[in-house]
Amino acid sequence: MNKLVKLFITSISAITLALVSFTSSFAKVEGDYIVLGSAISLTGKYSSNGVHTQNGYNMAVERINKMGGVEVQGKKYMFEIIYYDDESNPKRAAQLAERLIKQDGVHYMLGPYSSGLTKAIAPVTEKYKIPMVEANGASRSLFTKGYKYLFAVLSPANQYLEVAIDLAVEKNGGKPVKIAQAFEQDAFSQDVRLGILDAAKRTGSEIIIDDKLPKELNDMAATLAKVKATKPDVLVVSGHTKGALTAIRQISEMKVDVPMLAMTHCDAAKLSKQHGKKSEYALCASQWHKNLSYKDKFFGSGKKYAKDFQKEFGYDPPYQSAESSAALLVFKDAFERANSFDRDAVRDALVDTEMQTFYGNIKFGPGGQNVAKPMILFQVRCKGDECENKVVAPTKWASDKFYHPIPKWSERS
Amino acid sequence: MLMVQASLDGILLGILFALIAYGMALQWGVMNIINIAQGDLVILGGYIAYTMYLVGIHPAWGVIVSPIIMYFVGVLLYKLVINKVVDRDLFISILATFGIAIVFQQLMNFIFGADVVVAQSEYGTTMLFDNSVTLPNSKIFSAFISVLYAVALVVYMKKSRLGRAIRATAQNARAAKILGVDTEKVYAATFGINAALCGIAGALISITLTLHPYVGLPYTVRSFMIVIVAGLGNLPAVALSGMGLGLFEEFADYILGTEFRIGAVFMLLVFILVYRRFKLSKKREYLK
Repeated sequence: MNKLVKLFITSISAITLALVSFTSSFAKVEGDYIVLGSAISLTGKYSSNGVHTQNGYNMAVERINKMGGVEVQGKKYMFEIIYYDDESNPKRAAQLAERLIKQDGVHYMLGPYSSGLTKAIAPVTEKYKIPMVEANGASRSLFTKGYKYLFAVLSPANQYLEVAIDLAVEKNGGKPVKIAQAFEQDAFSQDVRLGILDAAKRTGSEIIIDDKLPKELNDMAATLAKVKATKPDVLVVSGHTKGALTAIRQISEMKVDVPMLAMTHCDAAKLSKQHGKKSEYALCASQWHKNLSYKDKFFGSGKKYAKDFQKEFGYDPPYQSAESSAALLVFKDAFERANSFDRDAVRDALVDTEMQTFYGNIKFGPGGQNVAKPMILFQVRCKGDECENKVVAPTKWASDKFYHPIPKWSERS
Repeated sequence: MLMVQASLDGILLGILFALIAYGMALQWGVMNIINIAQGDLVILGGYIAYTMYLVGIHPAWGVIVSPIIMYFVGVLLYKLVINKVVDRDLFISILATFGIAIVFQQLMNFIFGADVVVAQSEYGTTMLFDNSVTLPNSKIFSAFISVLYAVALVVYMKKSRLGRAIRATAQNARAAKILGVDTEKVYAATFGINAALCGIAGALISITLTLHPYVGLPYTVRSFMIVIVAGLGNLPAVALSGMGLGLFEEFADYILGTEFRIGAVFMLLVFILVYRRFKLSKKREYLK
């Protein structure tokens, strides 16, 4: 029995050792491969968006490799990604980033899913001077810390709904509006809130309700009762998918009439599918929509990307996948312009990035955020029982007219 | 009108909490186990109703299907885990049920995904006082069903053979065993009934609130509080303290602001715990 146990332990250690040496031989730039590392949420509460992110990364890796890979100093290299599951846990994500860098010898990182996890990883990549292109951390605080190796292809969170306030003021004949808002108490939603505060100040609008929703809350009846009593011009809600679903459920149940309802996470919550007609007229912030007219040579257009993605993974790409794919395009572009695998050269090339992808224009500001791409707003519109997201702002890409004000519940069928 | 709205919202929500708390009080009283996985059983029950909704059955039928399935889940849980810890230290049972909670969360995440989901009842809304007070019919339905099941359970506990056996075991397990009560069976049934109650509550939550694999804990905490306030084996007190908690939450929300709602609930818990000086930590006595 004892011998058996010993044999078992020896063989396990041998296999582990073999595996370790095998993975580290792939690290950095080995042979024809540029190895990128990413901690990603494959289990835990962010797992669905984590998978969207991973699918986006994989789709781009496959496409870039198929189209000839990355050319550095006349030689073609392929992308390869080492993934670890961070279990949606920031502490674990930071450990895994350390492991990717120290054990696996990764020199270039792709971001995890969510602002919270990106916040946990950024100090690690910064410490080891590892360039990280991330696609799913929009919190403004990521871009005010003076990080030098962090680059985000998305617009920062405070820009999410600023446009909505401008739109409300415009619809009010240029006069200030009354705003009611409810935001979850987390980094992302609070940044969205800061954006609204800025917009309110700029337009002279008044915030009459300013509620902070607790994380585990799934009942916002009290906030909505206040909204009913005070009759604001705009209601703004942001609390991830749960916030979006709870808001629509209770607004429809309590028959809360507001001329304009602006939210985040409508597509992640599959609002138009889960709530159908009840979600009609909701205005939602989004980083990307397939109907936008941006183009690149890898994916063609947004529509083409959506079609290929659908074919590969069997569902319509949410913006989380599109922005993740764009992160790889940015890396490829930077490697080729740096024409080197020196980390600082690649980092400097990233700073100078100015390109168009199917996802949007990309140019990094001093904090690392993407300053070249505006947020878009879409509105849920229904034909019969079929509801769809229609782009309504900015006007350059609007496919449909913004419907305002929202009809009263008593007038809706 | 705001106050009327707040009171009604609070009471309707409180009745639902009371149902979950009653299950907890029952198995706490009979087996002296504090079930940390209570909320996760609720969410699992909700997912059963949601699955029915997905295949085209009205989710309200979940209040019949879900408890039946959950009863067996509960009995199975008892046979696999709980019966090994029922005669051990209170701390062991808390650890064990905490473990169950984690396993359930991950399993639900694995099977149903990490998305937040809702089932639609399409029950509409009742308007009162010239539309200034609204009551979602789904909430009225859920309060009605909760009361119905609670009353049925009280009658069952009073009249049926098993109900009497459960009450006897709760009073004195040793004596009950000497008098021929199969306590092992009673424990299994109690845990099953608790799970079934969670199943009903879950089905109701699927049509009134939202479901997510990781939102079980707030339900555990709330039911724990209600039981602490009401005491074990006292249904009217559980119902009252459930409604009281619902009211307290809604009013805390109005008066202190939404951000202090959960904080206020926890403050209340601390206050009550100190006030009662752990009166409830009665002597444990078990026989297998």
